[in-house]
Amino acid sequence: MLNIDDLHVKLEDDDKDILKGVSLSVPAGKVHAIMGPNGSGKSTLSYVLSGRDGYEVTGGSATLAGEDLLEMEPEERAAAGLFLAFQYPVEIPGVGNMTFLRTAVNAQRKARGEEEMSATDFLKLIRAKAAELQIDADMLKRPVNTGFSGGEKKRNEILQMAVLEPRMCILDETDSGLDVDAMRLVADGVNALRSEGRAFLVITHYQRLLDHIVPDVVHIMADGRIVKTGGAELALEVENNGYADLLAEVA
Amino acid sequence: MAVPATRPALPTDPLPGGAKWLRTARDAAAGRLAAMGLPQPRDEYWKFTRPDSLTQADVPAAALFDPREAPVFGEVDRIRLVFVDGVFAPDQSDDPAGENLEIARLAEIAETDIHWAAGLFGRLEADGHSPVARPLAALNTARASDGVAIRATGPVAKPVSLIYLHKSETSDAILHHLVKVEDGASLTLLENGPAAARFNKCMEVELGDGAAFNHVRAQGRDHERRAVTHAFARLGQGASYKSFTLTANGRLTRNEQVITLAGAGATAHVAGAALGDGAFHQDDTVFVHHAAPDCESRQVFKKVLRNGATGVFQGKILVDSVAQRTDGYQIAQALLLDGDSQFLVKPELEIYADDVKCSHGSTSGGVDVDARFYLMSRGIPRAEAEDLLVLSFLAEAIAEIEDATLAAEIHSRLAAWLERHRSGRR
Ligand SMILES: Nc1ncnc2c1ncn2[C@@H]1O[C@H](COP(=O)(O)OP(=O)(O)OP(=O)(O)O)[C@@H](O)[C@H]1O
Ligand SMILES: [Mg+2]
Repeated sequence: MLNIDDLHVKLEDDDKDILKGVSLSVPAGKVHAIMGPNGSGKSTLSYVLSGRDGYEVTGGSATLAGEDLLEMEPEERAAAGLFLAFQYPVEIPGVGNMTFLRTAVNAQRKARGEEEMSATDFLKLIRAKAAELQIDADMLKRPVNTGFSGGEKKRNEILQMAVLEPRMCILDETDSGLDVDAMRLVADGVNALRSEGRAFLVITHYQRLLDHIVPDVVHIMADGRIVKTGGAELALEVENNGYADLLAEVA
Repeated sequence: MAVPATRPALPTDPLPGGAKWLRTARDAAAGRLAAMGLPQPRDEYWKFTRPDSLTQADVPAAALFDPREAPVFGEVDRIRLVFVDGVFAPDQSDDPAGENLEIARLAEIAETDIHWAAGLFGRLEADGHSPVARPLAALNTARASDGVAIRATGPVAKPVSLIYLHKSETSDAILHHLVKVEDGASLTLLENGPAAARFNKCMEVELGDGAAFNHVRAQGRDHERRAVTHAFARLGQGASYKSFTLTANGRLTRNEQVITLAGAGATAHVAGAALGDGAFHQDDTVFVHHAAPDCESRQVFKKVLRNGATGVFQGKILVDSVAQRTDGYQIAQALLLDGDSQFLVKPELEIYADDVKCSHGSTSGGVDVDARFYLMSRGIPRAEAEDLLVLSFLAEAIAEIEDATLAAEIHSRLAAWLERHRSGRR
């Protein structure tokens, strides 16, 4: 589903290299996790894949189901089925959450040449998904993420994912800021979406999330590279021993 | 292009004729005007806006514009009064009657010796030249030949709607309206349309105790029209004055509001949304005077500017020493969609009471790129994402419109404007 090959990225207005040859591929139906020390480039990878300004790709490639992601506008990547749950969801005062979601759903449908969803169908869909994530009507009415608590913002990200039904989901530290119950809700939300045709890339610092969303593969990123790849047990190793041993071992 | 050093100024002598009260008021206004003189670029409150095209004898021609959309407020059940280039058009207007409502034309009552309007005409304007002179309002009082006098004696069910059509490329219109909302009465006034190539409008609004006045206007979308408007309002105890103005397009627009909170517990909210693309200069000059205790005032002005458009905000809150427990708020913000556009601001607070809550702020900046990326990452194309952010920027001003139907109407006009200008149409 997602293929990243020797991706090099630097900041656009700075000569700082951040990704120094990242390669990984996530097949359809699989869940991969990325762990790694602060500042190793995990969020940068997620931003570059989703098309944020400010980065320059100096080498390598990234494709989604064979399509060159890096050539597309952010909204085209979304319509092609890519979704990023932000580490820091953005507050947009003045734009209602519902309006935002409906605009997004219909923009994607339009881009794919599908018919727009009617207001009633949309309402039904969002009510059902919101109920599963215990998001109340008030949160749907409020402006996007505005005044939401940290945990509410993260649940709102998962709600958007559930409504937009992407085939490639990237979750950047969706577990941070969640209490135990919210973590379970989010994990249930993700697990409900797991399917043959859908792949996940879960960025996290903690084993705890991976107890709920059990990954097929775990990658360790350090200083802009994937330095080690293994099974779910690799996450446990990180949890127990930290990164020092691991990094020393690959150095 | 050579500009003559001084162009001949428009005539300033009072209009002749009419009943005694009218002649007296016009003469007095002409006298005030002679003493203060027409606005000059060096005047403190004309530094940001060039007055010459408003004061020269020749009216700069303004091409007519077909907006190719249904006129604003079209769906609202209202009493329509139509002016064409500043001349009342009875055949296009509704019967100006309704329960608790009296409407008369200035041109009609001009010959009447006794009329309630005689006590209001020119009075609030005359009081409104402090702290700064407003010569174009005095000019209006001296020379307006028509306008409407509206009096509400109780709740008025239907909005009164003044519709200003523009049919001549060189028309010069002066209208003077009087609004009196008696104790406990309420009235909604709508205004829309470009009015003329050059439009000078003055409105005096007197609100009795517990009176409520709602005002929503959409200034016409003709690109080359020019307008200077003044509203002078005086609020009695517990009265409420709420005014919203949409200005989209227009070569030059200067909207002045002078509001005196004269009775305890009165509320005044003035808001505006201005949208300019290219040759657009829009100026809100607002003076709110807290002259009684326990009053609340809010000023919310938002401007969206692109392709070299200019927005101006000059706003002052004056709080007298008696005006304890004043709650005053003022915000003026511009969203600059490119580097060519500019926003010029002069916010002022002058406070003589000690128990007062007053805040003011002004900002200008571009579209929030993080928010734009967030929207785009959900599949919303760049232009649409920007429009959503522009509407979100304007939301605080639109929220000042109390009536949900009118607010929705204004919102849809704003969205349509953005859509048109996004696709390069005008
Ligand atoms: N716009 C930017 N300007 C300057 N430095 C940046 C920018 N974006 C990323 N960086 C730097 O790139 C490096 C990688 O940052 P990134 O946010 O990708 O790390 P991360 O792995 O997600 O960290 P964390 O676990 O703390 O979220 C850091 O050193 C960061 O400071
Ligand atoms: Mg990060």
